[in-house]
Amino acid sequence: MEAVNQQKNAARGIDIESMNRGPKLNMADEKTCIEIKDFNLFYGDAQALKDINLTIPRHRVTAFIGPSGCGKSTFLRCFNRMNDLIDNVNIQGQLLLDGEELNSPAVNVSDLRRKVGMVFQKPNPFPKTIYENVAYGLRLQGVNDRQTLDKVVEKSLKGAALWDEVKDRLQSSAMGLSGGQQQRLVIARAIAIEPEVLLLDEPASALDPLSTLKIEELIYELKEKYTIVIVTHNMQQAARVSDYTAFMYMGELIEFGATDELFTNPGKKQTEDYITGRYG
Amino acid sequence: MSNSTFKSWYQSGSPWVWLNAGAVSISLIAVIGLVLLIAVRGLSHFWPADIMSVEYNEPGLEPTVLIGERVDHEVVPAERVPSDYQLKEGQISVERYLLKIGNRDQFGLDFRWVNKDWMGEVSYPEDILSIERREWGHFYGYLLSVQQQGEVVADGEQAWPEFQQRLERSNNLVAEIKYIEKIEIGKINQALESLRLDERRLELDNVPEDNAAYAEIEAAKAVQNEKYAKLQTRLSELSQALMRDQVVMQMSNGDEVTIPMSKIVDVVKPNDMNRFEKLQHYFHEVWKFVSGEPREANTEGGIFPAIFGTVMMVLIMSVIVTPFGVIAAIYLKEYAKQGVITRTIRIAVNNLAGVPSIVYGVFGLGFFVYFLGGNIDEIFFQAKLPSPTFGQPGLMWASLTLAILTVPVVIVATEEGLSRIPRAMREGSLALGATKAETLWRTVIPMAAPAMMTGLILAVARAAGEVAPLMMVGVVKLAPALAVDSVAPYLHLDRQFMHLGFHIYDVGFQSPNVEAARPLVYATAFLLLLIIVVLNLTAISIRNRLRENFKASDN
Repeated sequence: MEAVNQQKNAARGIDIESMNRGPKLNMADEKTCIEIKDFNLFYGDAQALKDINLTIPRHRVTAFIGPSGCGKSTFLRCFNRMNDLIDNVNIQGQLLLDGEELNSPAVNVSDLRRKVGMVFQKPNPFPKTIYENVAYGLRLQGVNDRQTLDKVVEKSLKGAALWDEVKDRLQSSAMGLSGGQQQRLVIARAIAIEPEVLLLDEPASALDPLSTLKIEELIYELKEKYTIVIVTHNMQQAARVSDYTAFMYMGELIEFGATDELFTNPGKKQTEDYITGRYG
Repeated sequence: MSNSTFKSWYQSGSPWVWLNAGAVSISLIAVIGLVLLIAVRGLSHFWPADIMSVEYNEPGLEPTVLIGERVDHEVVPAERVPSDYQLKEGQISVERYLLKIGNRDQFGLDFRWVNKDWMGEVSYPEDILSIERREWGHFYGYLLSVQQQGEVVADGEQAWPEFQQRLERSNNLVAEIKYIEKIEIGKINQALESLRLDERRLELDNVPEDNAAYAEIEAAKAVQNEKYAKLQTRLSELSQALMRDQVVMQMSNGDEVTIPMSKIVDVVKPNDMNRFEKLQHYFHEVWKFVSGEPREANTEGGIFPAIFGTVMMVLIMSVIVTPFGVIAAIYLKEYAKQGVITRTIRIAVNNLAGVPSIVYGVFGLGFFVYFLGGNIDEIFFQAKLPSPTFGQPGLMWASLTLAILTVPVVIVATEEGLSRIPRAMREGSLALGATKAETLWRTVIPMAAPAMMTGLILAVARAAGEVAPLMMVGVVKLAPALAVDSVAPYLHLDRQFMHLGFHIYDVGFQSPNVEAARPLVYATAFLLLLIIVVLNLTAISIRNRLRENFKASDN
């Protein structure tokens, strides 16, 4: 069974052996960052997420994979309550960040979003200078001291591996950057306010392979400091960058486990069908 | 074969391209034609054309000489020729010219149609003078002599330089008199009026008559009256000096006429001028038109008060309409719950843009002028009653009325702009912990600013062209004073004002002298167009600068 899967994965370009991930990961050893219990989400009458139970480990990259429309982006947007913006969304169950309920009325949404940063599918830099883009979050918090801002901007751009490319044109428009640079700028913008968790919603799907590679390398570095949750429908990408993978299908969480395990030895038939390309 | 080529031609899309290009061309031709017609008719009026002297032999009348400027030419078909005109054998039409013969005080008419058949020899004598007078329009004739208190001081060759020199002195005196009358006496009147109001206020407050305050007011009044008496003396001296000179002119029919120097604005010898001098005089005339005040029921002089009034009104309207429209649009788009009510409001706003403008005028008169203005007068300007301050049509109410008229345009444009901001921008800002209001202020509104400017541009274009409602809420044929002057509070929103659009209507339809007024109608229309273009270009350049900052990404 395992041999068959490895064969298939090799055929699809997923080279698990060469991922060189070091020691085998085990969920039992991880610290919990986000805990999801019996979570349901409805768009009006239609149920988009069904009874999800999941624990997202701290300082690891967790990937959500699954066919289009399976609810993985919707699920991701629950972690920083982006779904609040949409009318007719109802939720049931628990979403605990560091043991505290996200959806409780006591939680200030702005504070939550500062703790849980997000990067979207299409790069969305503001039509301002590169500098102001990165400083946006800090200015919102009332930080206007030039020296502090300078320091944070430099640190964040370095953190997003963009500093060398833009250090000479911080005051030029962010709209002049390439798509890949814009996406890294958006990541820099997100890490400038030092969140705990970084949500990445298909961050590389609008980018060319080279930019994708850079983003993936960046994700690998960022997990040292942040808990990262990434949605992707590129399975190679999930295999390359993530430590844990959750496979979702039709609003349900089918399988969750260490990425190596899930790709080489899926526990469910549906997972196997998906990663071997029988649907999706 | 031909059928298939037609079909392939049709399928290639060429007819469609031609149709589109044709529509664009027709629009372009219409616009350019309109502007050209107005510009040519309006601007040519200021050119110092040559003045002809022509022998005129009207059958049954003594032969006479006419002096005048040829302003029009037409060919009249035989059927339309008056019955007393004897046509020659086989003649099917009559050519005739419109001559501006001037001298309205002498001849009764200053324009006259002359038949080409009756015209004798035409010449352009170099010593014909064209005199622009303060009253009765132009005078054409020959200079005989210059007089001082009825005594001849120069004639023949010396008369012309003497005339120009003395005219300059007389014009300086006129300017000084005008300054004293308008500015200095104006200030005294203002001071006396405010003293009167102080006194009236004391009376209204039931202050007893032996109070010291009355005495103070009386003393202040006396000071002003003394100043006034001094100015009055100075004025009578100046008018005495002004009456010193006269010129004696000979008209085309040989009669001599004496014209007081004080009645003369300007004089030229058009037949003796070369191209360059004419061009110089042309720009001088255009400048007088743009910067001067109207005379003679608006058929002479300049239109500066109308330009000023139009621009002021549009500016004040913009200042009112932009924040109001933008705030309303933001509420409708961003905060209001999208449902039946918002949709109804939106439809109502759109329909408001279609209400005939005169209806807004009626509303402005009833609500702003009588209700709001009347109440403001009751509360703040009680001392001045019964003469109204804000309870009469004025600049403020006209601007407000136009602001209401144009606010739908700004709302619609701003809403469009807001809905064009990608969702990703808002989400990006929200994801960084911004509240909705912060997202609006820091990202959405700056990005929608160009759209708001577009709304303002459309509003300005509409407001500057509106005339009908203004007649009810503040525009007058002749305003005694500009809305801005050197007397506090400097901007007088309660004053009535002149407007180019209304000026066109007034000069074109209410003028006693149709032929004299016609070129002014075109010139004024051209200026109105120019001002709208300038106002729009200003707004567009601001918008482009905003766009530059928020340029969309290249990829």
